Amino acid sequence: MKDGWMQQALQRVRAFFRKAPLDEDLDAEMASHLEMAVEENVQRGMTPEEARRQAMVRFGGVQQAREKQREARGLPFLDVLGQDMRYTFRTLGRDVGFTVVAVLILALGIGANVAVFSVVNTILLRPLPFHDSQQLVWIAPPPQKCGVSCATYSSDAYEEFVGQTKSYDGVTGYMAFTGPDNYRLTGRGEPVPATGIEVISNFFQVLGVQPLMGRVFRPEESHAGAHPVALLEYAYWKRQFAGNPGIVGKDIDLNGGPVTVIGVLPPSFDFGAFFSPGERVDLLVPLDLDKERTWGNIIAMTARMKPGVTLGQAQAEANVVVPKLCWNIKYPQSCGSYAGKDGGIQLRTLKDYVSGRLRRSLIVLWSAVGMILLIACVNLSNLLLARSAARGKEFAMRSALGASRGRMVRQLMTESLILSAAGAVLGFGLARGLVLWLAHQGSLALPLLSTLHIDGQALGWTVLIAVVAAGIFGLMPGLRMASGNLIESLKDSGHGSSAGRRHESVRTALVIMEVALACVLLVGAGLLLRSFLKVLDIDLGFQPDQAASMRVEYDDSAPTAEAGAARLSQIFQQVIARVSALPGVEAAGIVDYLPLGPNRAWGAPVPQGKTFPEGSLPSPLVYVCSPGYFRAMGMRVHGRDFTWDDNLKSQEVVLINAAAARVYWPGQDAVGKVLVSGNEQLHVIGVVDDVHASSVEAEKGWQIYYSTLQKGPNDAQLVIRSRVAPASLAGSVLRTLRELNPNQPAVEFQPIRTIVDRAVSPRRFFMLLVGIFAGLGLLLASLGIYGVIAYGVTRQTQEIGIRMALGASRGRVQRAVLWKTLWMVLVGIGAGTVASYGAARMIQSLLFGTEATDPMTYAGMVVLLIAIALLAGYLPARRASRIDPLAALRTN
Amino acid sequence: MGDSKLDLLQGTLDLMVLQTLDAMGELHGYGIARRIEQVSGDAVLLNQGTIYASLVRLQQRGWIDAEWGISDNNRKAKFYSITKRGRKQLAEDAAYWHRLAAVMNRVLNAGNSQ
Repeated sequence: MKDGWMQQALQRVRAFFRKAPLDEDLDAEMASHLEMAVEENVQRGMTPEEARRQAMVRFGGVQQAREKQREARGLPFLDVLGQDMRYTFRTLGRDVGFTVVAVLILALGIGANVAVFSVVNTILLRPLPFHDSQQLVWIAPPPQKCGVSCATYSSDAYEEFVGQTKSYDGVTGYMAFTGPDNYRLTGRGEPVPATGIEVISNFFQVLGVQPLMGRVFRPEESHAGAHPVALLEYAYWKRQFAGNPGIVGKDIDLNGGPVTVIGVLPPSFDFGAFFSPGERVDLLVPLDLDKERTWGNIIAMTARMKPGVTLGQAQAEANVVVPKLCWNIKYPQSCGSYAGKDGGIQLRTLKDYVSGRLRRSLIVLWSAVGMILLIACVNLSNLLLARSAARGKEFAMRSALGASRGRMVRQLMTESLILSAAGAVLGFGLARGLVLWLAHQGSLALPLLSTLHIDGQALGWTVLIAVVAAGIFGLMPGLRMASGNLIESLKDSGHGSSAGRRHESVRTALVIMEVALACVLLVGAGLLLRSFLKVLDIDLGFQPDQAASMRVEYDDSAPTAEAGAARLSQIFQQVIARVSALPGVEAAGIVDYLPLGPNRAWGAPVPQGKTFPEGSLPSPLVYVCSPGYFRAMGMRVHGRDFTWDDNLKSQEVVLINAAAARVYWPGQDAVGKVLVSGNEQLHVIGVVDDVHASSVEAEKGWQIYYSTLQKGPNDAQLVIRSRVAPASLAGSVLRTLRELNPNQPAVEFQPIRTIVDRAVSPRRFFMLLVGIFAGLGLLLASLGIYGVIAYGVTRQTQEIGIRMALGASRGRVQRAVLWKTLWMVLVGIGAGTVASYGAARMIQSLLFGTEATDPMTYAGMVVLLIAIALLAGYLPARRASRIDPLAALRTN
Repeated sequence: MGDSKLDLLQGTLDLMVLQTLDAMGELHGYGIARRIEQVSGDAVLLNQGTIYASLVRLQQRGWIDAEWGISDNNRKAKFYSITKRGRKQLAEDAAYWHRLAAVMNRVLNAGNSQ
């Protein structure tokens, strides 16, 4: 009888949607059937009543026949689902308080999970938005103390690398020493700052990025004398040019000259999101390898491996090629300078470079948020158990009326799924808001953040966790209901019977689990918070508060180096004098690179008369600064600062940091000593306390400071120290700079504190999120504790009444309830502490200056949990102590 | 859709309905039920109402057709008739039943004689 099943399936679906007419048809048919039967019976001589009775008997139940026919013709599964859903909405609607709490708990749990999933997916799981992005590699040595200079290559080294390697379809790179706002867009009212990055002309071909409009760079556009061109980033094009497509092919005025816009990049490409998290990049211009050939290591290299080439093969090749590279092919002694101590090269996939260091933090975040969902589920399971206890009789009644166990479990699961679905819808909205907000946190130094959005995968994840959550929290009440003893349930009045007790112990176990999970979250958050505070406590070597910086535009073009230096000296002196005279300004100075920003390193000079083994000295980071800079930055100097007399006519002077001085002249005062670099003699006039120059948390390296009057600065960042809030000076400083140079663009006036904040923003971000999750976990756990204790008190109302009638004092009753709460929490803390220790060891590498066993954190967790638990237990305890024995005994 | 779980009685009823329609031509639900009762010598205790589940099933499979009409005693009733595919199905199922009955017979008798 298998034939025709397809046709039947279609008919069934059709029948499902035509219920009313089909039912009417059937009713008419059955009516006619019965009338015929009655007629026949009457003809046989029965009385009309007897005839009708007999006809009904032979027919069987009309309702049953109708149900059977419906089942045979339609989709009984969906019919049952519809019934269950209608029933669920009715019961949930009757218990609005429960429904709202349950949906909110789920929405928080699911929303947090979807938001974190989106972050993890964007940063960690999803491949970079370039075609065949797994073939892209980042070419740099292992991380070193000397900052960007040690992770970049010269023009010659780049070209040799391209020539000597065979693993790549293309090798490209970009200029890694670009500060923000290095361009000035004019011709549209006031000069506007913009950040541009120079990239090697094949950059977009290698990455595989197609422009949204126009074209990418051509090789000839990177040579001297070519007409300057630029590509706009999508966000910049939208913001600055109002998304006008007509801009492509037009000239714009950049740094005083016409530059042709040849195209607009797609929204999926954001240079900053990949290569300089937390910083805004507006436009890209071709890099002239010849112009920058003598500038040293400036190119950050990335490449696309040929199809089929593995990272291991490329690494093996690089191990041979890189140690032979020359810094400058004209100087044979510069060959081999890339060898380094540890092989000098470590290839990583571009993805690993961009997001690899966040892997552990993100996994911790993901686990934390997963734990929140688990706590939410346990809490809900608890709520549902309490409800199912109250509904025990309802289900026993339904069972007595013929509902099968399976049918009732199905009903309960439908309820769970509907709750979960409502939570998921709300949570998804919550996550959308969160993700949108996060994507616009420009100052948060996390890679790829600006590409963050809710997508189909996030939606899929929402559905998945909603179903899993419903399974977890619906399972326990469902099983209990299914295994319940019918007679017991009907008899059990819920007051002190054995089933009631067993029931309560399940709930107690669930709460203990909740407390343990909250423990783990609290310890994790506590350790991260302690680490964060330790990081904030680090002596950076400068005083970020009450200081701010602004990039100064200047023109020192002159026929000779001497004339240029003189002009520069005059400009800087003027700027510093005028700015220093502003009310509220305490000190002002100029430096080319700020700490924690871009930097550069040079080979280390050696003390006169001493020799150090080749390669034994680290490369110091080099800063070129004006008189007054140290004071403006709040750096501590032993010896003297530069003066305006330290110029090309006087002897060359430098300041070195304490770490360098200790190695150069152990146990002696470095001031007055002389360093030799090539044929230069550098007189040490001061020693500066070590500065955290390239990263807040990393070890401090070497630093050396030159005078702007003796070494040309790469850039000019004016730093001021003020007695008033630095932000209040923004207007007057800009006005002063404009008076001196009308071309000064309205660049950002940046408190130094924000630079430090950005540097520690990933740590703050993770700490804050885990902290929020811990708070949420604590709240849910306290709700759970309250629920169980309050339920226990209600259940034992009579018992308490009897005890009070027999002379137990109010205090004693209260203590008994609190003691029970305490006992439950202590067990939870016990289990949680063990689990926390395991978890803390796993996040050890994320901690700073804090041990996984930090006693303060654990003690804080215990105190906090006990306090919250006692608070949650106090309300029911108070209620218990107020029970009126007479009223309690009368209720039954 | 429950087809695979057709229990013996259900399958049997479907077959009886087909056979009745094949033998009697067009017939309404009450007629079919009465006819089965009579032919089986009232050996089948049939809740007449259950026949409607069987009828709608057969109809959905395209083995019988249905049409409202007027009965002999001027009553509105739904008349069923077997289709060509229904006859084919009937032949197959009847053959199956005969075979099954024969085998069951042999097996049960063999068991008795030992």
